Amino acid sequence: MRILLVDDEKEFVATLAERLELRGIDADWVTTGEAALAKAAERAYDLAILDVKMPGISGLKLEKLMAQRHPGMKFIFLTGHGSASDYHSGIAEDRVVDYLVKPVNIEALITKMQATLTS
Amino acid sequence: MALWAKFKPDFWERPEGQDWPFKHMFDFRRIWKRAVLLIAGVALVPLVIITAVDYNVTQKAIVSDVLLQTSRLVSNTKLSISFFLTGRAAALQFIVEDNGIAALKDPRRLAEILGHLKTAFGGFVDLGVVDSGGDQRYYAGPYALTGVNYRDQGWFQEVVGRGVYVSDVFLGFRNVPHIIIAIKHHLPDGTFFILRATLDTARFNELISNVAVRGQGDKFIINLNGQLQTPSSSHGQVFEKVGFPVPPYVDKTQVVEGLDAGGEPAIIGYSYIPESPFILMIVKRKATVMRDWLQTRSRLIGFLVISITGILVVILGVTTYLVNNLHLADQRRVMSLHQVEYANKLASIGRLSAGVAHEINNPLAIINEKAGLIKDLFSFKPDYAQDKRLLELIDGVIASVERCAVITRRLLGFARHMAVSVEPIAVRALIEDVLGFLRKEAEYRSIDVVVEVPDEVPTFVSDRGKLQQILLNLINNAFAALSDGGQLKVAARLAGSDALAIDVIDNGSGIAPEDLDRIFEPFFSTRTSSGGTGLGLSITYGLVQELGGTLRVQSQAGEGSTFTITLPLQMPQPKGDASANPAGGR
Repeated sequence: MRILLVDDEKEFVATLAERLELRGIDADWVTTGEAALAKAAERAYDLAILDVKMPGISGLKLEKLMAQRHPGMKFIFLTGHGSASDYHSGIAEDRVVDYLVKPVNIEALITKMQATLTS
Repeated sequence: MALWAKFKPDFWERPEGQDWPFKHMFDFRRIWKRAVLLIAGVALVPLVIITAVDYNVTQKAIVSDVLLQTSRLVSNTKLSISFFLTGRAAALQFIVEDNGIAALKDPRRLAEILGHLKTAFGGFVDLGVVDSGGDQRYYAGPYALTGVNYRDQGWFQEVVGRGVYVSDVFLGFRNVPHIIIAIKHHLPDGTFFILRATLDTARFNELISNVAVRGQGDKFIINLNGQLQTPSSSHGQVFEKVGFPVPPYVDKTQVVEGLDAGGEPAIIGYSYIPESPFILMIVKRKATVMRDWLQTRSRLIGFLVISITGILVVILGVTTYLVNNLHLADQRRVMSLHQVEYANKLASIGRLSAGVAHEINNPLAIINEKAGLIKDLFSFKPDYAQDKRLLELIDGVIASVERCAVITRRLLGFARHMAVSVEPIAVRALIEDVLGFLRKEAEYRSIDVVVEVPDEVPTFVSDRGKLQQILLNLINNAFAALSDGGQLKVAARLAGSDALAIDVIDNGSGIAPEDLDRIFEPFFSTRTSSGGTGLGLSITYGLVQELGGTLRVQSQAGEGSTFTITLPLQMPQPKGDASANPAGGR
């Protein structure tokens, strides 16, 4: 599986990508929405993990753009805002989307990725 | 004081909101006092003035009526006496003119005239003719008085001087009280003679005793020396001197206020009877004649006292009722301002905690990933994979990050639930969530916290944010009441088919019985010295009501308290809920 990580926190996204790589997952990372669009134009990704709040193009907007350009691509959102539960659904751009709350447990993330890809 | 306790407004003993900047804006005691004084003044002053005026007018009217009556009685009696005397003097004058001295010298004729006088007038005792030398030359009557010389007697001098004379009542030679009427008649030869008649005093006394004086008054005649001439009921016997000075001469009837012989206040009417030495007197005891006035006065004062009491009762009742309501409305106003302030404060805390949590979450995520990477690197390299010590250290870092994450998520959750969010709620999770904020304090203070939620308690639909605030306030209160090592129990149970109850039970200091009725009132606090605003429980009470529930308390001083929240399983629809989301969106 090939995934793209998008988060304005470079330290976070680079480390997460490296950890996924260690687990045999092909993970690229970028820190802006614009870079993500460019990267997605270069390579085909199965899944994008997007930070909700980013300067420039927000995660929700980016998801919409990428979904238009790359049909079949799956998305998982990461957010710094969360409730007591680690995972919950919310409304974004009239669609139900799934969130994972930072800091994330790597195993939970991989499980979620697999579930999303097979859905 | 018992009466005051009835009228005392509810707010009298209560302190105004001590922590409120506008606490001096309204002084309800002053408002109450001013209202009572003003209304009482407006109502009572005219009443008192009118009553005082009426009192004076009525008193004057009654006094003047008594004076007038007395004056009339004295005048009428004076006329009767005067007529009695002048009638008899005129009769003597007629006898002299009609008969002439020659006829009067005849004893038989004189006796005959005396007989006629007795028949016609009554009261005549004898009749005598006295010559200018004072000798009684001719006499008709029961005594042997022919030849008696009167030259040296006062009456003789008087009649010689004045022509007509009416004597005082005196005893004279015969030693029986009598009056003399004498007239002087001039003869053509320049000499004169005097026709002298004696009257017994029975008719005279009868005249006086027949006078009807209202109110046990006394009526009598005195002479110019103040000696009684007729019997008196309370001023002594005939010839005794009355106990007050002889009134000064006036030619008209006089009525004055003075003291009677007994020294009591009296209305004294008197009149000098013309051509006589007599003064007619009527003395009425003031206390007796003014009895009517005293009755009227008692009624007037009674009416005034009853009216004033009635008016004061109404004024106190109405003022207390109105100012109580005013005070209540003001308390509500201040309370709602406080609630706004409190909500704003909570919203600020919510925003602040959300901001802090978010800011901390990002570095936490980095620490988490870095530590995760270190662990991954160690795990994936055989050299380090066996180093348990290293892996434990890394797990320790990751576990601490997870603990921090739980805290930031709870803060974020708290902020997020500030908004109105009616949702299904699991009671145990809710209680644990709130207790999470206080868990550390409980540990430090060795407070044993027990949560009891039986399985049959279902999830219920309500406002999570408000419930969190309610439980947080109650549990905070319980913590304040508990001493270190105490016990707090939060227990949920079903209360009927459509409600559940949550009991917050502590074994702390409890609430004094006199405070128990007032603890949900705004600004009532037993912890003012330690910063209590007295609003926590009243706001909690309001929040429970907003959720369609009730909040009750049971407490024993020294043994602990139980606060019971009863909530419907399905929260009623709030009316026009316009709550904003104070914590902001995602």
